[in-house]
Amino acid sequence: MDMNKYLDVFIEEAREHLDNMNRCLLGLERSPADREKLDEIFRSSHTLKGMAGTMGFEKVSYLTHEMENILQDIKNEKYELSEGVIDVLFKSFDVLEEIIAGIAQNGVEKDIDLTEILNELKGRIYKPDDGISQEEPKKKEKLQEFNRYEKKIADEAKRQGFRVFKILIQLNEDCVLKSARAFVVFNNLEKYGEIIKTKPQVEDIEDEKFDDSFTIFLVTDKNKKFLEKILAGISELRKVEVDDVSELEEEAFEEKVSEKPEQNQNQSDTAEPLKNITKSNINFISKLKTRKTVRVDIERLDNLMNLVSELIIIKTRLEEIENKKHDDRREIYEAIEYMERIASNLHDAVMKVRMVPIAQVFNRFPRMVRDLAKELNKEIELRIKGEETELDRTVIDEIGDPLIHLIRNAVDHGIESTQERVKLGKPKKGIIDLLAYHDGNNVVIEIRDDGRGINKDKILEKVFEKGLFKKTDNIDQESILQFLFLPGFSTASKVTGLSGRGVGLDVVKTKIESLGGNIEVKTRKMQGTQFIIRLPLTLAIIQALLIKVGSEKYAIPLSSIRETVTINSNTLKNINNHMVTLFRNEVLPIVDLKVELGIESEGSYENELTVVIVKKGDKSLGLVVDDLVGQQEIVIKTLGNLLKGIDAIAGATILGNGNVALILDTNSFFKGV
Amino acid sequence: MPKELKQFVIFKLGDEEYGVNILQVKTIERLMEITRVPKAPDFVEGVINLRGEVVPVIDLRKRFELPERTNTDNTRIIIVSIEDITVGMIVDSATEVLQISEESIDPAPSIIGSIDSDYIDGVGKIDGRLLILLNLKKVLKSEKISEIEKAREEV
Repeated sequence: MDMNKYLDVFIEEAREHLDNMNRCLLGLERSPADREKLDEIFRSSHTLKGMAGTMGFEKVSYLTHEMENILQDIKNEKYELSEGVIDVLFKSFDVLEEIIAGIAQNGVEKDIDLTEILNELKGRIYKPDDGISQEEPKKKEKLQEFNRYEKKIADEAKRQGFRVFKILIQLNEDCVLKSARAFVVFNNLEKYGEIIKTKPQVEDIEDEKFDDSFTIFLVTDKNKKFLEKILAGISELRKVEVDDVSELEEEAFEEKVSEKPEQNQNQSDTAEPLKNITKSNINFISKLKTRKTVRVDIERLDNLMNLVSELIIIKTRLEEIENKKHDDRREIYEAIEYMERIASNLHDAVMKVRMVPIAQVFNRFPRMVRDLAKELNKEIELRIKGEETELDRTVIDEIGDPLIHLIRNAVDHGIESTQERVKLGKPKKGIIDLLAYHDGNNVVIEIRDDGRGINKDKILEKVFEKGLFKKTDNIDQESILQFLFLPGFSTASKVTGLSGRGVGLDVVKTKIESLGGNIEVKTRKMQGTQFIIRLPLTLAIIQALLIKVGSEKYAIPLSSIRETVTINSNTLKNINNHMVTLFRNEVLPIVDLKVELGIESEGSYENELTVVIVKKGDKSLGLVVDDLVGQQEIVIKTLGNLLKGIDAIAGATILGNGNVALILDTNSFFKGV
Repeated sequence: MPKELKQFVIFKLGDEEYGVNILQVKTIERLMEITRVPKAPDFVEGVINLRGEVVPVIDLRKRFELPERTNTDNTRIIIVSIEDITVGMIVDSATEVLQISEESIDPAPSIIGSIDSDYIDGVGKIDGRLLILLNLKKVLKSEKISEIEKAREEV
C-alpha cells in the first residue's frame, strides 16, 4: 500500500475542509441563525475526522471529535453559539492547520500539546470535571469495564435512545494486515454509530499489538441484526459476536434522536479511498515530503487529449505530403498553419491545467482580518471580488505572504480606530477591498483601504533622518512613495505586534518582482491607500522583443518595455559620466548595450539610434540596440546552476533555428542610474 | 587482492591526455553554435542548446591557462554532470574509454604539466601513457567559479 499517494490527497482535502469551516464559521458569526452553515461545519469536521482516522493522524481526529461534540450541542440547542465558542472553534481550526502543515512537511503529525485546546473546547460546554469522551492518546490501561467518562457517554447515549453494543471480533489466523482489517471494521461501524471504547486500545490495535481478536463498544441506533449483517460483509473475520449491553430499565426514556448517524453515512464516502491505511504504514513514508499537486477539471484534460490527437493527425498529413512526388507549396503551407494553431491551443490548454483560482489564497483573509480587527479593537469589513480569477499554481503558492503583509498593513496602519473615524465623520466601519482581475496578459490584485492614507511628510522626515536625501534636494511627489519599498524603512512611530518593524514592503516588492510582477502604490490623504500588484499569467512563456546587438541576439520581456523610439545621436549628453537625452521634455538615461554587454569597449554613434525604453517601477531607461528583430513568444529556460544569478541576464530561450538567445534582465541596468 | 577497475573517458588538450570518470559524463557532442554570455567569467565560453536544455560550456584550455585552442574537426564538447551542475567542457578531442585499475593510479604530484594540481585526483599509468585524472568538482567549483557567487553577493 503506497500511503504517499493518499497523503497528498489527504492534505489537499484537509486544507479545503479547513478553509470551508473557516468560511462557514465567519458566516455564522455574522448571522448566527444560519443553521445550514452550522451543518456544513459539522460535515466538514466529520469528514476531516474520518479522513484523519483512516490515515492514522490521531491528533486531528481527537480534536475534530471534540469540535463535533460542541457543534452537536449547539445544533441541539443545548448550548448557545456565543462569541467565546466561536473563538475557541477558530482556535481549534488554527491548531488543526498547524498539525496539517506539519504533516505536509514531514508526513507525520507534529508533536503539539492538545491539552489546552481540548480543555477549552470541553470547558465551554461542560463543567471542568465533567469531560466527556476523554479520548486523548494517553497510556491508560483499563481492561475491565468502562471508566467514568465512557460510562457517561454510554448513559447519555442511552438517554437519547441509542443502544450500546459490545462487539467481539476474531480475525482469521492467516490475516496478513491485521490492523488494516481492524480499520475496515472500525470504518464500517463508524458509519452507523460512535465507537466509545475498544479493547485493546485503539493505538495498540493500530500498532498490531493484539492477537487475533479485539472488542469494540459501539453506540448506535441500529439493532443487533443490522450490525451483524454489516460485519458479515467484511472478509477475513473468523468470528463476530454482537451483544446488546444497554441496561433495559433505561429504555423508557425517549428523547429526540440525533440525526448524526445519517450524516455519517453521507460523509464517510469521502473517506473511502483512504481506507485500509494504518498507522504502521506511515513509518515507511515519514521522511517523504509532499509534492505539489493541482486538481484539474476533467474537461480541461479532455481538451488536452483532443489537441494531442489533432497533433497526431497533422503529423500524418505532413508525412503524406512528404511522400508525394511533386512539391505542393500550398499544401505544406496549409498544414503548417494548421499545426501552428494546434500548438498555440495546446499551449493555452496546458497553461489552463496549471491554473488555480486565487480563492485558494483569498479564503484565509476574511478570518485573518476578523482576528486582527478584534485584536486592535477596530471595525473592519473585508470585501473580496474576483476570487475566481485564475493564476499559475507556482504564483499562487508564492503570492500569499506578500498579500498577508499588505492586508495587515491596511488593518493596522491604514484603517483608523473607530473613535478616530467617528471624529472624522467617516463611517464607523472601515472597509478593505481585495480585488483580482485579468488585464491583458497580467493578473492584477488590488488592495484598497479607506483609511488615513500614507503620510508623505512622515516619509520625507524619515528620508532626511536616514540621510538618504538632503532637505534641499528636490524630490518629486511621485517618488516619495517609492521610499516605502526600501529595506528597513518604516514610518510607524511605534512597533506593534503586527507591523512597524520596517521589515516588510521591501520584501513584498522583492517577492513580487521575483515572480515577474510589479507593485504600485497610490494614496490620498484621509481617503485611503491602494496597492496594485501586477503578475504575469504564467512564468514559463512570455512575450518578448528580440533585438540585435552587434551580431548577437537578445530577448527583452515585453512586460518591461515602455516603447521603442529612434533618437538623434547629437541629442545625447554626458552628465556625471552617465549618458542622458532629453525625451519628451524628460531626462532619459541611456545605456549602450554594446558597451554594457562587452561587445565593444566604446560606443560609436551613428546619426539615428534605435532605443528601447524599458521601465522599472516609475523609472525609465533607454537601451541603445543595433536592430529590432521582432516580437515573439519565448519559452524561458534557466542558464543552469553554474551561471545562476549572473548579472544582467535573466535566463535563456531557444530560437526557431535552434540557437540560444539570452533574456536580458533590464532591472539590472537601473543600478548605476 | 581484487582489482578495483574504474572507467575513464580520455580526452586530449594539447599534447597531454586527461581522464574523467565515466560516471560523471553524460554525453560527448560535436562542436556546435555557442552563445556568448556577457559578464560571465573568462573561461565560460557560453551556452549551447542541448536538445532543448540550455547548458553552459567552459573552455578547459582557458580554465587551465593553456594556450588558446584552434577548433578542428576533432574538437568535442564533453557534457559532464556533478551534483547539481551540468556543464559542457570543450576539449581538443575525445579519444577513447579506458579501464584503469586502482593500483595503477598515483596520487597527484605537486606539479604536473602546466595545470594546477588542485584540479587533479591522480595520475593513471597504462602502457607507458600518463593520464591526468581530473577532479571535476574542483575544476567546476574552485575559487574562480565562486567569483560569480562573490559578485552576486556584493550586489
